[in-house]
Amino acid sequence: MRFVCTIALAAMLAAMRVAAGFVIPPLAATEIPPAERRSGYSFMTPDTKAIQDDDTANPGMLWVLDGEALWKRKSGTSDKACADCHDDAQASMKGVAARYPAFDRELGRPVNLEQRINLCRTRHQQATPLSYESRDLLALSAFVARQSRGVAITAGTDPQLEPFVAKGRAFFMRRQGQLNLGCTNCHNDNWNRHLAGSAVTQALPTGYPIYRLEWQSLGSLQRRLRNCMTGMRTQLYDYGAPELVELELYLMSRAHDMPIETPAVRP
Amino acid sequence: MASALINVPKKAKRGEIIEIKTLMSHIMETGYRRTATGELVPRDIITSFACRYNGVEIFRADLFPAIAANPFLSFFTVATESGKFDFEWIGDKGFTETASATISVE
Repeated sequence: MRFVCTIALAAMLAAMRVAAGFVIPPLAATEIPPAERRSGYSFMTPDTKAIQDDDTANPGMLWVLDGEALWKRKSGTSDKACADCHDDAQASMKGVAARYPAFDRELGRPVNLEQRINLCRTRHQQATPLSYESRDLLALSAFVARQSRGVAITAGTDPQLEPFVAKGRAFFMRRQGQLNLGCTNCHNDNWNRHLAGSAVTQALPTGYPIYRLEWQSLGSLQRRLRNCMTGMRTQLYDYGAPELVELELYLMSRAHDMPIETPAVRP
Repeated sequence: MASALINVPKKAKRGEIIEIKTLMSHIMETGYRRTATGELVPRDIITSFACRYNGVEIFRADLFPAIAANPFLSFFTVATESGKFDFEWIGDKGFTETASATISVE
């Protein structure tokens, strides 16, 4: 029995050493030069790219259609629909997703697109906020973000956001969790490699909310971030936590000038 | 709020082979998964899909639990005459959805 345990322990240590080999380079902060940035799209197989490219095959468009219906539906005690204030989303929402998370003066901090939709609901529609990852909130954010497809990302350029971008960057660079990994260890230093057969990619959030084949559903950037954190074995932040919004903001600022792809498809 | 996405060419030449693509919003719950307390999540899938071209059935498919959520079905037919395609999805818990698309054949 003790012999078996010893073997198991040795195997575990060997596995840890392999894992450690992957992260041993110190936080070199080798940030990706702008010209070498690649959307997650470019890491995908031709089959998955084809799903994203065809709006009648892209399942994310199902949420966009739902969002279009919700946009026109009256809600809350003010009995107003999004369209009653914002009119035609094709014109009024074009480019909006490209600059989110954005600074909210009342709250004095950045809010992401989902939070903005909920703020609009509570402040102007006098409606209850939609819960994170609910079908309706995903549908509305997909519909709004879809209007920015092809628009270059400008999030984080507002000078008021500077300290929050810096906090997000610090989060990205900081080692944390039981595996003692920082986001940067994978997404800056090893983006051209594979982890368990999957491409690591550069963590450039160009197409959120995304239809992830693994989820068989649409999901927000925060859901994706929480997935990564589970993988790093860190404490999960709640949906909407300021830390996650700051991280979103930093990631969007890293993707500056890259075009929005919403609704993107990812494996 | 189930909805379908249909892709049928608006125009085709007589005798041309055309591709029809359909995407239906559905969770396709397998019936094999269990909740945290060990109870079986009841099966909720689309069980059959059919396409009629001017009333004549040209394609039918039976669907099973291993099929992913939001099933995407693509198939080919010969454009014989102008008219209408009718699509029908039937599933568990009384699920039925229909959609249609028109084509003009020259």
